[in-house]
Amino acid sequence: MLRRRVIPCLDVANGRVVKGTRFVDLVDEGDPPELAERYAAEGADEIVYLDISAAPEGRGTLLDIVERTARRAFLPLTVGGGVRSVDDMRDVLRAGADKVALNTAAVGDPTLLAACARRFGRQAVVVAIDARRNPAGRWDVVVRGGRESTGLDAVAWAERAVELGAGELLVTSIDRDGTRSGFDTDLLRAIADRVGVPVIASGGAGGPDDFVRAVVDGGADAVLAASIFHRRIHSIAAVKEAMAAAGLPVRRVPEAVA
Amino acid sequence: MLPVRPTGAAARIAVVDYGASNLVSIDQALTRVGAVVTVVREPDAIGDADAMLVPGVGAAGPAMERLARRGLVDPIRDWIAADRPFLGICLGMQLLFDGSDEDGTTTLGAIPGRTIRLADAPTLPHIGWNQVERLRPHPLFEGIAPDADFYFVHSYAGAPTEDAGATEPIALARTTHGGSFVSAVARGPLIGLQFHPERSGRDGLRLLANYVELVRSGAWPSGEGAAAGAPPAADAAAAV
Repeated sequence: MLRRRVIPCLDVANGRVVKGTRFVDLVDEGDPPELAERYAAEGADEIVYLDISAAPEGRGTLLDIVERTARRAFLPLTVGGGVRSVDDMRDVLRAGADKVALNTAAVGDPTLLAACARRFGRQAVVVAIDARRNPAGRWDVVVRGGRESTGLDAVAWAERAVELGAGELLVTSIDRDGTRSGFDTDLLRAIADRVGVPVIASGGAGGPDDFVRAVVDGGADAVLAASIFHRRIHSIAAVKEAMAAAGLPVRRVPEAVA
Repeated sequence: MLPVRPTGAAARIAVVDYGASNLVSIDQALTRVGAVVTVVREPDAIGDADAMLVPGVGAAGPAMERLARRGLVDPIRDWIAADRPFLGICLGMQLLFDGSDEDGTTTLGAIPGRTIRLADAPTLPHIGWNQVERLRPHPLFEGIAPDADFYFVHSYAGAPTEDAGATEPIALARTTHGGSFVSAVARGPLIGLQFHPERSGRDGLRLLANYVELVRSGAWPSGEGAAAGAPPAADAAAAV
């Protein structure tokens, strides 16, 4: 039976893991491949790098850390942030990533999705959707870290993205992101019920039970979190234990190497 | 995990590069378990490799086209026909069959059967970790727990037509995602894996270490007496 995945997300800027409020007050937290290897040993099912480098010169550094990660972690690796063309995606995959998450560029030019899926297969194309609740009780797609609204309905965009070639959706609630108040399970459910591809829940992880709710109530296939793992508030093992206790299939955390 | 090297001569594995995106991770994982990897883009580069590996993710059509453009289709067919060690991973396994329902492409025809869409799958693509239920013992899985999970990314899988006269079925393992499908095949030195050992953590590395040891020892199960020809646990495998 297919396992429900637990995925740590690392924010990366100029080749280093950073934390702090997204995009501002960044604090250097170390070497991405080193952290990825630690997460792999702790039972991560996948690793996501979100490149938030402001400057274009961060790109070469990103490819270098992707390559070093592929050499050490031996886990599926998804890279998001700043991928704007088929060639960008090719470079990231060639460096050793398995999947690329497209966000702003896909919203701006949906044909990019189709082109990437045709070239690399839809399994390599993740569409990242940042969604914010609107007064009508629906969700708007936002870009640039939530600072800009697109006027697109998140559920409609999710369906369209899958039609165009998305093999997976990474759905982030901007309302919940960084709040540790739990995932927006209504948003997840609204999307999961309308698409046949796996949905990764993101934004709002506070404790192990939130992961259970994202799967049980939200219908998510995988659950992503950053700060609670980063700051060691909860371990991946504790999250998986809670999921297993709730009857969800999870991959065992590998035993520590002596 | 510490880097490990097998004792004795290293296995030389020719990894066929036709633009498949998982080549880098396969190269790195094989190197990690002590193999010497040659990336092959043209027939002459195959040289005197001990084994050939075809990776791949995605659809059969573009893959066969690229292999054909590089003049690699016949060398691969000849290699398999000569009973030399061959490993196909993911799409590389699917290409072993007669053809693919995904786009109607005719593939290598080394294993009777077709690549078909996963039946009754709750989500597609089938992405994530899933169990690989072994149908018979095989040294490839030496030292790996029976309920170990491996990483999958695909929507189609090869469905072998079993030969009633064969001493044992070609299907080596199966996996369930809605319906069940064949997730590994083995016929002597010909092996296909639908999952990605290069992305399956320590168990995946162990499987590749077992593979490399099989290539080195040549002790492929013959089909008569199942795993009777299993090699002793290799130093390399034991250390992963």
